[in-house]
Amino acid sequence: MARSLRHRWETGETWESMAGLQSNMAPFVRVQIPYHLRNLARIDGEVQLEVAAPVTIRTVLDALEARYPMLRGTIREHDTLARRPFLRFFACEEDLSLNPPDDPLPEVVAQGKEPLLIIGAIAGGSR
Amino acid sequence: MSKVRVLVGTRKGAFILTSDGKRDKWEVSGPFFAGWEIYHMKGSPVDPDRIYASQTSGWFGQILQASTDGGKTWFQPGVKLEEAGPPAFPAKASNRFVYDTSDATGKPLTTHQWYDGTQHPWEFKRVWHIEPSLTDAGTVYAGVEDAALFRSTDGGESWHELPGLRGHGTGPDWQPGAGGMCLHSVILDPSNPQRIYIAISAAGAFRTDDGGATWKPINKGLYSKHIPNPTAEIGHCVHHIAMNPRRPGVLFMQKHWDVMRSDDAGDNWTKISGNLPTDFGFVIDVHSHEPETVYVVPIKSDSEHFPLDGKLRVYRSRTGGNEWEPLTNGLPQSDCYVNVLRDAMAVDTLDECGVYFGTTGGQVYVSSDAGDTWSAIVHDLPAVLSVEVQTLA
Repeated sequence: MARSLRHRWETGETWESMAGLQSNMAPFVRVQIPYHLRNLARIDGEVQLEVAAPVTIRTVLDALEARYPMLRGTIREHDTLARRPFLRFFACEEDLSLNPPDDPLPEVVAQGKEPLLIIGAIAGGSR
Repeated sequence: MSKVRVLVGTRKGAFILTSDGKRDKWEVSGPFFAGWEIYHMKGSPVDPDRIYASQTSGWFGQILQASTDGGKTWFQPGVKLEEAGPPAFPAKASNRFVYDTSDATGKPLTTHQWYDGTQHPWEFKRVWHIEPSLTDAGTVYAGVEDAALFRSTDGGESWHELPGLRGHGTGPDWQPGAGGMCLHSVILDPSNPQRIYIAISAAGAFRTDDGGATWKPINKGLYSKHIPNPTAEIGHCVHHIAMNPRRPGVLFMQKHWDVMRSDDAGDNWTKISGNLPTDFGFVIDVHSHEPETVYVVPIKSDSEHFPLDGKLRVYRSRTGGNEWEPLTNGLPQSDCYVNVLRDAMAVDTLDECGVYFGTTGGQVYVSSDAGDTWSAIVHDLPAVLSVEVQTLA
């Protein structure tokens, strides 16, 4: 099923339509990660992840790191799982960075209608 | 015919420079890991095509990269790219550096001295230096900030601290230098597999004679006038140490100020600054065939990190110190205000020893005649953090 959905996405179908059509399964959660992490994971564009409910920062990052293990330690620390200080989490034009990681994400994120954005802080620049 | 491969770490990626033994025509490849700071790269003496790289970022933390084809392709040890199928966490993580605070293997040492004299938790920040084993391609050491020494015996897939260094007794008194509290120098003794030298800014130099289980400070003879006790056992800002592998008991040191040597494996140090115009600096290295020929790049002062009078000069001593000659042929002798950082000088082992160094202005210079003449391999790289060279058959 997962490959079928990916094929449909790659051939032009929207996530919104697929989410609506696949009412008996969890929709893909969309995640946008910074340029350097996309390079590290060797991917282009947005990431789509199957995330079992509840869809939270923690479960999304668990799924992201499971699929792309080279990202472990780059978004959150290895053992504490604390967010790295210069990364922020946004969705629906809201900064969710300081929310507890087990809080449910907005429903539109859980439904794949809006992406979760992982953004590098615009800081530094001295080098 | 022999070849050389120069591994250059910069503020914005890694570069590999290759040439035949003449060292006059160069191929430049890179940037690898563009946009990331590459603190250090080094190849295995056992398997020269196996190269390790420390890739870091203030945003994303530490990554360790490895290559088994001489730097053409790279991978994170232990991490496999999954095309599809069920995701799986790797059993190990090549970028996980966890300080050992267990009672069983070390001591629960959790704090060091902070800039204001208070105690501060040990916090991993990055790998400054990678030192592959002289005898086993899968064993490699990593010197990290905050200062500690880690070892991997599985090709970098997992790392374990050698906690006897931090736990030997003086650890709570170590404090960071201006660049952080980094373990930046790791020297393996080819004549004694149990002996390792390391150096830390600003704690000093240390040695183990039992493979890393126990350590002792080796700073007798160092004098640092800006610390409360100028001859203290620890607290000296050692910038770099170097050794000719053919004469393992003799060490050379560029301290914050002062160029030093030891003829007894670090037990005692003697100042050899001699006629240097300034003895502040970062790099120091030794000719690969002449163990009394030493190179430094004097920097004006700890307040002005650029060459004296805007003239980039390598100084060479052929007498093991004290008597130094400026080497200027091919180096800019006006309006040059770059720095040469502590891990940014290396020597090859060709018959005519080649000497290499990189600058914060992005130049990498080579001398194929032991320093008599110099030329720039590249002019405009990002600021160079480290230079290593491999001599290949």
